[in-house]
Amino acid sequence: MFRQLTDPGVSSFHVYIDGVAAIARPGDTVAAVLLRTAPHIARHTPVKETPRAPFCLMGVCFDCLATVDDETSVQTCLVEARPGMRIERPRGKLRITL
Amino acid sequence: MTSQHDILIVGAGPAGMAAAVQMAELGLAPLVVDEQALPGGQIWRASEAARSDSLRAALGPDYAEGQARIARFRASGVAYLPGTRLWHLEPGFQVFMSKEGAAFSRKYRAVLLATGAQERPVAIPGWTLPGVMTVGAAQILLKTSAQIPDAPVWIAGSGPLPLLYMRQLLALGGRIAGYLDTTPRGQAGRVLPHALAALRGRSDLLKGLKWMRALQAEGFPWLRGVRDLRALGQERVESIAYTTADGVTHQKPASLVLLHEGVVPSIHATLAMNCDHDWSDAQGCFVPRTDEFGMTSVEGLYLAGDGAGIAGALAAEARGRIAALGIAQRLGVGSPDPALRSARRALDQRTAARPVIDALYPPPEAEIPDETVLCRCEELTAGDIRAAAKLHRGGPNQIKAYTRCGMGPCQGRQCGYGVNRILSEEYGQSRGETGFFRIRPPLKPVTLGELAALEEGREAP
Repeated sequence: MFRQLTDPGVSSFHVYIDGVAAIARPGDTVAAVLLRTAPHIARHTPVKETPRAPFCLMGVCFDCLATVDDETSVQTCLVEARPGMRIERPRGKLRITL
Repeated sequence: MTSQHDILIVGAGPAGMAAAVQMAELGLAPLVVDEQALPGGQIWRASEAARSDSLRAALGPDYAEGQARIARFRASGVAYLPGTRLWHLEPGFQVFMSKEGAAFSRKYRAVLLATGAQERPVAIPGWTLPGVMTVGAAQILLKTSAQIPDAPVWIAGSGPLPLLYMRQLLALGGRIAGYLDTTPRGQAGRVLPHALAALRGRSDLLKGLKWMRALQAEGFPWLRGVRDLRALGQERVESIAYTTADGVTHQKPASLVLLHEGVVPSIHATLAMNCDHDWSDAQGCFVPRTDEFGMTSVEGLYLAGDGAGIAGALAAEARGRIAALGIAQRLGVGSPDPALRSARRALDQRTAARPVIDALYPPPEAEIPDETVLCRCEELTAGDIRAAAKLHRGGPNQIKAYTRCGMGPCQGRQCGYGVNRILSEEYGQSRGETGFFRIRPPLKPVTLGELAALEEGREAP
């Protein structure tokens, strides 16, 4: 959906989206990385399990909620990507397993 | 526990930064908190980050100004906590915030909310599909990640922001499938009454005209008077349908659609504090009522920037300085008259063109089709809200109780104005009279872990 105008001088690192490595760069929010990585979504909603992607990027729509390093319902547009970060895209209702 | 900070500034955009710098000059030591990782607000977001020359040039001179402002804010020595969310505010100003997974609460004598604006939600059928976003969102991606659409993009809506974004995008090699301009035609009659008043703001208006001419020369399809927008697709947007001014409906393939219909003040915190708000017909939103220093109807609670009514970054800075001087006076640190006079002059000049801009780009009035998802979180349609409105004549809070509309994580930030509008139409009453959801804490999600770690009076980290 989006591509990054890469500046050759800028360093990059990996984050893991549902276990798959994706490239991130300093200054990227997690939502920005999600929008460069197919299938370009953040989650499936808990109500009707429809796919959603980051929408507003400024913390007001809550459509970019995902699980980041085991914390659920994180607004990924407000969190900077860090090396090794683990992002999981929720599928529907949060199911707690013990 | 006592603290060196009596004043809290929420938001490090143009208003919050200008207020902080002004306070520092007066010898006051406020604490500035901001949700983002870097200062600058949305307008100057990531302005101090290292950039390629081509990106810097494309983002333009207004954005470049942010760098000096941020440097000045940083040099002021004011305490600043980035990545900090305000989630509750109580009278007497007990304030609850979270940073890095821990909550803290502190008392302040005065609070300045400089929390800015959000884009007006544009509820059209299909706006929840992946591949539909806002113009502001795309611009933020450009500023923070140098990220542009990887295929020709449809831009739909009205206002100055789409014009600016299209210029930036084209300068970076991006492509535009078409601009579906929803601005109603024949604005001249609405603009004329404000023309004289706008003479002082003509530089802002001339800038807009220059953008329009340059964009028209690019030759991409620019369709005027477009209505009945629909984003269509199954798992993601696949096409866009729209009706042109000649009444013909078109459907075109689309992989990314960006919407924008202006911006509205962030009012969740002032609503939660029961501040008085007035309906603005010109801007199609509620605006918290403030006095000449930006103080709301709640003593000691101040507002500056677009949160006090949309007026742009430079007006926000002037309002920030004025609020800082008002707070200083209130806390007995007399405010120097020359500073106040100069800030008021700047505000007058920076708001002169606003009535013309508001008249050029009026809030959308087309009816929201029944099948449109209105509440993105609870996935309720405009039809669901109309049906609930017929059950019993009530306000937005009744609708919330009947349907859960506004109860999801966004807390009505996306559906509030849609519900307000539908109820006002259903009941034949004004939008001001119809009102908004009652807003309750927490203003932002808080984890149990954060709450468990909450320690009242603990010093800000």
